[in-house]
Amino acid sequence: MRKLALTDEILMQIEKPARYIGNELNSVVKDTSQIRFAMCFPDVYEIGMSHLGIQILYDMFNKREDTWCERVYSPWPDLHKIMKEQNIPLFGLESQEPIKTFDFIGITLQYEMCYTNVLQLLDLAQIPLLAKDRSDGDPIVMGGGPCSYNPEPIAPFFDCFYIGEGEIQFDAFLTLYKRMRAEGRSRAEFLHEAAKIEGIYVPSLYEVTYKENGTIDAFLPIYDDIPAKIKKQVEMDMTGTVYPEKPVVPFIKATQDRIVLEIQRGCIRGCRFCQAGMIYRPNREKGVERLKELAKKMIDSTGHEEISLSSLSSSDYSELEELINFLMEECEKRKINISLPSLRIDAFSLDIMQKVQDIKKSSLTFAPEAGSQRLRNVINKGLTIEDILGGAKQAFVGGWNKVKLYFMLGLPTETEEDMRAIPELANEIAALYYETVPKEQRNGKCQITISTSFFVPKPFTPFQWATMLDPGDYLGRAKIVNDHVKEQLNHKSIRYNWHEADVTVLEGVLARGDRKVADAILYVYEHGGFFDAWHEYFNFELWQEAFEACGIDMDFYTKRERTEDEIFPWDFIDCGVTKEFLLREWRTAHTETVTPNCRMRCAGCGAREFEGGVCFEDKN
Amino acid sequence: MKIRIKFRKWGVMKFIGHLDMMRYFQKAMRRAHIDICYSEGFSPHQIMSFAAPLGVGITSDGEYLDIEVNASESSEASMKALNATMVDGVMVTSYVRLPDDAKTAMSIVAAADYRLSYKEGYESPYTTSQWKEIVQKHFTEQPKFLIVKKTKKSEREVDLKPLVYQFFVEGDENAPQFHISVSTGSVDNIKPELVLSSVYEKCGLVYEDAAIQIHREEVYARDENGALIPLCDMGEIIY
Repeated sequence: MRKLALTDEILMQIEKPARYIGNELNSVVKDTSQIRFAMCFPDVYEIGMSHLGIQILYDMFNKREDTWCERVYSPWPDLHKIMKEQNIPLFGLESQEPIKTFDFIGITLQYEMCYTNVLQLLDLAQIPLLAKDRSDGDPIVMGGGPCSYNPEPIAPFFDCFYIGEGEIQFDAFLTLYKRMRAEGRSRAEFLHEAAKIEGIYVPSLYEVTYKENGTIDAFLPIYDDIPAKIKKQVEMDMTGTVYPEKPVVPFIKATQDRIVLEIQRGCIRGCRFCQAGMIYRPNREKGVERLKELAKKMIDSTGHEEISLSSLSSSDYSELEELINFLMEECEKRKINISLPSLRIDAFSLDIMQKVQDIKKSSLTFAPEAGSQRLRNVINKGLTIEDILGGAKQAFVGGWNKVKLYFMLGLPTETEEDMRAIPELANEIAALYYETVPKEQRNGKCQITISTSFFVPKPFTPFQWATMLDPGDYLGRAKIVNDHVKEQLNHKSIRYNWHEADVTVLEGVLARGDRKVADAILYVYEHGGFFDAWHEYFNFELWQEAFEACGIDMDFYTKRERTEDEIFPWDFIDCGVTKEFLLREWRTAHTETVTPNCRMRCAGCGAREFEGGVCFEDKN
Repeated sequence: MKIRIKFRKWGVMKFIGHLDMMRYFQKAMRRAHIDICYSEGFSPHQIMSFAAPLGVGITSDGEYLDIEVNASESSEASMKALNATMVDGVMVTSYVRLPDDAKTAMSIVAAADYRLSYKEGYESPYTTSQWKEIVQKHFTEQPKFLIVKKTKKSEREVDLKPLVYQFFVEGDENAPQFHISVSTGSVDNIKPELVLSSVYEKCGLVYEDAAIQIHREEVYARDENGALIPLCDMGEIIY
């Protein structure tokens, strides 16, 4: 057993010491290795351990004999304080050795609110926060994940980014590293060569110039041999590709304490607000036989008591029925729960839910995202009132009486009428319950829960041109909904929750920010701000102070009208979906017209160039 | 069929709390294909109970859990299957069948043996010989050993003498080890550090939790004659 990086004394005085000791089942310990890779998730252990992407890469890296990949999560503030006071360097969970001695520090970027935690990791690791201050002895700091589709606000902190799915280029990347290290080449020389690998973006090799109005004038490589566009990497063989058959099993309860079976990547739906639906195109399915094999192996290797499916829209998986029937049979034998992802509510899904869930406790989930049909057409959410009421009616007959409804406020073109349509829809569903279920068969009142979040425009979506509102205006919209809930006939059956507005605005700045925004992130971290994704640590005043101090106008990123020909900070990335398509969709949105999904008719988004997935179904 | 499993817990595993150890074993049962019984309902759970929760930071050679199974392989095969899927720091050392009318370990725990020693980097204020004298004089020879036991609700004076079954010191001169056997369970649950820290106090010393590694050696129940027997001796090996 390895000596821990933290003393007993420290471990006994902090919350959940199990976060920092490693030793979990299926974690990989090697004696030593030529390449040491620290795979970091910039949030607390329980969140990071629930992330599928890291499990995939961890497994893939450790299959390489010359590489040892370890995990690192953000130390919670209690330990952070001790590590700073006692000058303890951040360590990998497996070896318990300082990651500042590693070759690579890879940081996955899943949400904008983790950016200050990126700096925390680097700071605790005792590595210079800015890439330009690092020297040959420091690890190469690399970013990836959905937020790297606009890496600019955090570009100064990273030596390079990997744009796209990790399965593709790491072999080439690590092999290049090994060769150049053996040749005694410098860090700068390696990064220059790495930038020629498709999908690798080295920010220091690009220069951004701005117009007088603050928008980008040009974004160009500073060397002739560096590509001007970075092409997203995509795994086209979902069935044959690597997948962790023995995922690491944490001792403490992670947020996802279950087997996760990724059934497909991408989504055929094309909701205009959804970044994942665009950047993971084309939709690609994993073969059902492979999924069955994986499920069995993972049940045996983890002993988890629950299995769930991962995808953006599970109902669109073409062999869902076969897969679920298989899982129900297998899980019954081994007494494993099936946790259903939010399926489209129809006869098939209700039948399954009846078999695997306790109807009295479970609820139906609908995500209409907008209250009125008009606005649903704007956002391209195909769900109709008939779908919702039809599904709810079947469910009420089946014994359910709890319904959850998810909406967004602040969507482009939203009017007060659209806002008021939200409680009205909830009321209609409640009325349907009382109409459908006779009094003597009712299991109490029905419970409709409305939740609204505020819409944040994201890069590489048709809504990337959209404007945002002030925090007060967002809350004003929530108030309209709340007041109108109270006016509904069935208001006693309706509950309403809404999100915070400050975080929304900040997320908006970070999502569509440029390199200038990095100064504010650095300012916040240096003034004690981190764990912004945690309500109790988020300090909006500090962020406002930071923007002020750095001379950055938040409104420039949130409220400014973007012209159709503006060069966006993320335009240097080629994510398959073209800017022409996004613009076409932005315009179509304003005509309140729905674009059919990928299986109905190809919308010509550009992802066909990857030569597979849904674009080529039934066409071989 | 009722089964009692004994296991060891050492090294970094001492930082895994009691509830997480339960979760750990639930998953281990499934990995080892133990044919364990489940409760009814939509989220069936395994029929499993632990004898006496072990505090975080404590290591042990005598941890127990009881399970119910539909059928079982031999003790040897079952232990092998479980140990094939243990992490470093947990090892199953016994797997026995209990009589069908056996009470759960949790309900019959009566005593436990502990060994307390100084952690690396900490020194004992006295040599082993000196400690032997101190324990003899302040504890063994005293008719009563009164301490104030604090609970969440109240403070009360307790005589530890009848609740501490053994208390002696062993080891190299500069590395004393305290062997303390105490009453354990739902009625009079005495923690070994309470005994040692009380002796520290009598000597005018300040007891420091961080200096001492507590190790549980065995857990006992009383047999029909009132004698203490290790929990694993109440079952039979399955051949």
